[in-house]
Amino acid sequence: MLTLDRVTKTFRAGAFGGGSTTAVDRVSFSAAPGELVSLIGESGSGKSTIGRMVLGLTRASSGSLTLDGEQVRPGKDFYRRVQGVFQDPFSCYNPVFKADRVFALVRRAYHPGVPDQEWAGRVEKAVRDVRLDPGQVLGRYPHQLSGGQLQRLLIARALLLDLRFLVADEITSMLDASTRIDVLNLLAGLKERGLGVLYITHDLSLGTYLAERTVVLRGGRVVERGDTQKVFGNPLHPYTRTLLAAVPRLNQPWTSAEPVEACAYHEGGARDTDLYETEPDHFVACAGLPDCGRTSA
Amino acid sequence: MTLTVNDLRVHYRTLRGEVRALDGVGFDLADGEILGLAGESGCGKTTLGKSLIRLDGRMRHAGGTVTLDGEELPLSDDRAMNAYRFHRISLVPQYSMSALNPTRRIGRMIRELLASRGVSVDTGELHRRLALVGLEPGVLERYPIELSGGMKQRTVMVISTLLDPSVLIADEVTSALDVSNQQAVVGALRGLRDKGLVTSMIFVTHDLGLTSHIADSIMVMYAGKLAEKAPTKVLTTEPRHPYTRMLIGSLPQVGARYKDKPLSGIEGSPPSLLNPPAGCRFRDRCPLADSRCAEEPPVVEVAPRHSVACWKAA
Repeated sequence: MLTLDRVTKTFRAGAFGGGSTTAVDRVSFSAAPGELVSLIGESGSGKSTIGRMVLGLTRASSGSLTLDGEQVRPGKDFYRRVQGVFQDPFSCYNPVFKADRVFALVRRAYHPGVPDQEWAGRVEKAVRDVRLDPGQVLGRYPHQLSGGQLQRLLIARALLLDLRFLVADEITSMLDASTRIDVLNLLAGLKERGLGVLYITHDLSLGTYLAERTVVLRGGRVVERGDTQKVFGNPLHPYTRTLLAAVPRLNQPWTSAEPVEACAYHEGGARDTDLYETEPDHFVACAGLPDCGRTSA
Repeated sequence: MTLTVNDLRVHYRTLRGEVRALDGVGFDLADGEILGLAGESGCGKTTLGKSLIRLDGRMRHAGGTVTLDGEELPLSDDRAMNAYRFHRISLVPQYSMSALNPTRRIGRMIRELLASRGVSVDTGELHRRLALVGLEPGVLERYPIELSGGMKQRTVMVISTLLDPSVLIADEVTSALDVSNQQAVVGALRGLRDKGLVTSMIFVTHDLGLTSHIADSIMVMYAGKLAEKAPTKVLTTEPRHPYTRMLIGSLPQVGARYKDKPLSGIEGSPPSLLNPPAGCRFRDRCPLADSRCAEEPPVVEVAPRHSVACWKAA
């Protein structure tokens, strides 16, 4: 179980670190084993920063990130359980080495005692688990494999560890429509095996396709989160509606978002919390309407 | 017709032989038409776009002709193409981030670029065009690093169309952008066409959903050949080629759920174009394939403006 509690990340910016930018602002959510949580937002919403903090690549400025009750502390033991896959599969491989070298690196770091034969068996199983044919992909150089194959090999590499949680940051944005679905279905399969997945994307349709729960981010803050069906079936925040309206759909003209009549957050009587729970597992932030907070004081 | 492409063949020279990336593609682009070009990676869509602008050192023009406003383009003559590039046919590249010089302010870069082409800058006109794509005149004083991805993409669009080209090729211009920026960029591209700043446009992408919002007609390519071309509405609602159908079937719609109905991708991968197999190139992945598909299907016009290369489509 991954839990984020009021996680904030501030970067120093500007000449000589004079100014500061808050990339992630008091974000809380959790992801249980066997659950896929999608983190949706535009460029600059802080979604990748959250992914990097979960992976221990960046430290949170405040708030706590825990995995199964323990603080996220990068180290060998942590990375045995938590791994990430990123957007550009081509830049994850050294072009002068064969692609399956990523497996050899895992073996050297985590499983030095495993005999050759057994290791080959494990690699083969992991490769089959990501629905690749070992004969087709092992022993090849990165340029001989497609983006989808490379991306799946990286997931296979993570499976060689005792993986409990996977952070998938825009892993399908460089793939074709049909390969994209294969990789997504693969994530769904992992989830069914009890893995927790944090799926970071800007593509709403992909997020809703897989996720049980959704977190919508804007400018580092959560604007709406909860059960995917509830968030997108009945979006309460104007930003969620705008995002939904901007998704290109086949044979349907772009529509403008329906305006929000009342701020669900203040209507509900919330005051000091960041988000208000309008129904079980459906949280929304203040809509920021002009008369917000003044009507029902 | 603004552009007529006839049986165009462009091959890549490699150490192991020639890769037939574009293997006999023909189509027309009418005045004012926006043609969407869709297909998987490696189907030849980018090669097609590039061949109309500049063949790089690895590419060889192996046959076919391209006619622009009644003149045949000298594709294999890099120097002679200079008269057409930017003036008559122009390109918006996929990664505008790397198309802008990081050490120059945008305004200075545009001045230098135009000076190199012997054209002077009309500042008023430049501001008007920036406004058309939703940019402030202030961007001219900024460095590329100070602009967001969507702004850079729109800046490059303005630069590419400064000389009012007949044909603009937009190659995957939206793939690095998020949904709301995609919408803005697509809107800006349509604006350029509607205002007559470019006559016609080829919009290359692998996102069929987005293409259907901008294109008047869509051409689907597979393994270096044309699979199907039809007006947007027809192609998205009654596709005839099995590949087009599967491509549309693999698009997740908002609200589609894995739990309810898992979508399926297309099994297998396209054939190697080094020595492509004879016959229909999609037949190994096609659920309808039979013995007849060992023979290459011709491109047949099954309905007005609707062409399909499949034995099963007729």
